[in-house]
Amino acid sequence: MKNKVKKRFLFFLCLAAGLMIIALLAPYLVPNDPYETNPLVLKAPPCAKYPFGTDKFGRCILSRVLMGAQTSIFCAVLLVLITFLVGTLLGVLCGYYEGILDALVMRLADILMSLPEMVLAIAVAGVLGGSIVNAMIALGFAGWTTYARLAKSQVLIRKKEYFISAAKMGGCSDLHIISFHILPNIIGPLIVNATSKIGTTMIGFAGLSFLGLGVQVPMAEWGSMINEARAYLQLTPWAVLFPGAAIVLTVSVFNLLGDAARDLLDVEGCHE
Amino acid sequence: MKNYILKRILQLVPVLFGLTILTFLLLYISPGDPAQKKLVSMEQTITEDMLEDMQKEMGLDRPFIQQYADWLTDVLHGDFGICYRDGLPVAGKIFKALKNTALLALSSIFVSILVSIPLGIYSAVHQNRLTDYFIRFISFFGNSIPNFLLAVLLMYFLCIQTKLFPVLSKGGSFREMILPMMALAIPNACRFTRQIRAEVLEQLGKEYVHGMRSRGVNERFVLYRNVLRSAMVSIITLIGLSIGSMMAGSVVIETIFGWPGMGKLVMDSITARDYPVVQGFVLIFGTIYVLINLLTDISYRYLDPRVEKEI
Repeated sequence: MKNKVKKRFLFFLCLAAGLMIIALLAPYLVPNDPYETNPLVLKAPPCAKYPFGTDKFGRCILSRVLMGAQTSIFCAVLLVLITFLVGTLLGVLCGYYEGILDALVMRLADILMSLPEMVLAIAVAGVLGGSIVNAMIALGFAGWTTYARLAKSQVLIRKKEYFISAAKMGGCSDLHIISFHILPNIIGPLIVNATSKIGTTMIGFAGLSFLGLGVQVPMAEWGSMINEARAYLQLTPWAVLFPGAAIVLTVSVFNLLGDAARDLLDVEGCHE
Repeated sequence: MKNYILKRILQLVPVLFGLTILTFLLLYISPGDPAQKKLVSMEQTITEDMLEDMQKEMGLDRPFIQQYADWLTDVLHGDFGICYRDGLPVAGKIFKALKNTALLALSSIFVSILVSIPLGIYSAVHQNRLTDYFIRFISFFGNSIPNFLLAVLLMYFLCIQTKLFPVLSKGGSFREMILPMMALAIPNACRFTRQIRAEVLEQLGKEYVHGMRSRGVNERFVLYRNVLRSAMVSIITLIGLSIGSMMAGSVVIETIFGWPGMGKLVMDSITARDYPVVQGFVLIFGTIYVLINLLTDISYRYLDPRVEKEI
């Protein structure tokens, strides 16, 4: 049982790593310049030179989908990483020291959670104006709260255990206790949570770009590509279908990775 | 129970207060001077004098706290300010749009429950059969597809290819509502099906089910009277949680189909830099979201009295 779950996790980890490598190498893999417009091949269906066809400006869709992978995947992973680090740090500090910092941070989290994450993101990105950085700020605005709450509740449980009192009596500093005794014990569920949020973040990011609140044209990004192409969907359905397939595929892989990570944690937890 | 409800309502006050601060601050994180933005969106040429007059009129020359207090008093009286674009009150516009969005969201929640409960139960009862794998595959797929892509695909196949439905839903008639409703309901139904399947499976593995089966109780009776009833608690929670994704989804779906609801209104206002409408949108959606969460928690306790004892 445990081996099977572990194998499944490793399999999806490899797939996700593969996607990230493709995204990283995208500038070298593109068959054509993703930004070069060609008036001779406007709205061309898929062919040998342009495997995914071209859009209304005659740009190669395959190249744009590949370049879009870089934007989508790295923005989502980077954002999840930042919110994870910030949220965990705040949560651990709140749980360990409690007091006024705890009260302030948790009330702030309550307020930010009084809105659905995506609604807040749309409002913030809408007010700030569309750009990659603003979209990331908008999505990260409330993103850290989940980790902060989870980390805090976990720390509160661990803090009461004997090995923490022992470490305190042994003269360990707070920093040492937090980083060597508390963090290793609570990090599992937090990492699982972060992994399963990559897919949602990607969808959110693409959604903002689709609404024109994220990546701006002409930069290649899946959400904004679909938005650009939907006006002439009838003429060039491939300009929507290929970026769409890329999103669904990538999000599926990261979602499955998240599910596998959760199962792995459950199994490991039972094993202890 | 009464004490609990009272306590929860009291806890709501600081959260709602915080929400108003957050909403008010939105105008301040936007780049540029609000008076200038208002003049720009009214499409006037700006002179130094006009800017100063406008700043005075909007009360921007007063201290921040006082501005917030005035704004809050207005909001509590149901006055959400004036639209920059056409000078009409924001409140009227928002409530008209809210009616349309509520219609769309409630009907799609209803449809997704109607579809997902039978599918979830069927899938759980026939675990690891072909139909179960099929349902699971579809519901996983529906979770991974972004709502805007789904809407565009529905439009392509049902409007352009087969001409079953009109492309735009500007009028708000029933036939025009079907497509946006489907676009909102499908991802939701997929999520519900997955959760209901998991919940029913968990209940089916419990000892009371073994007991009833070994006593020869009719399988249907076990399933519908006991298992489904226990699963109902988490289904209620699910419906409560889905309100959040409904709100966000409505922005995207309404923009695509042109449905005259909150989402369309807020996107139009964002494009026109009409910030009072955006503020009203945040405030209204936030309040509804908080209230629905409260209702969910209360009904959760009502349905499962064990929860009460734990606290």
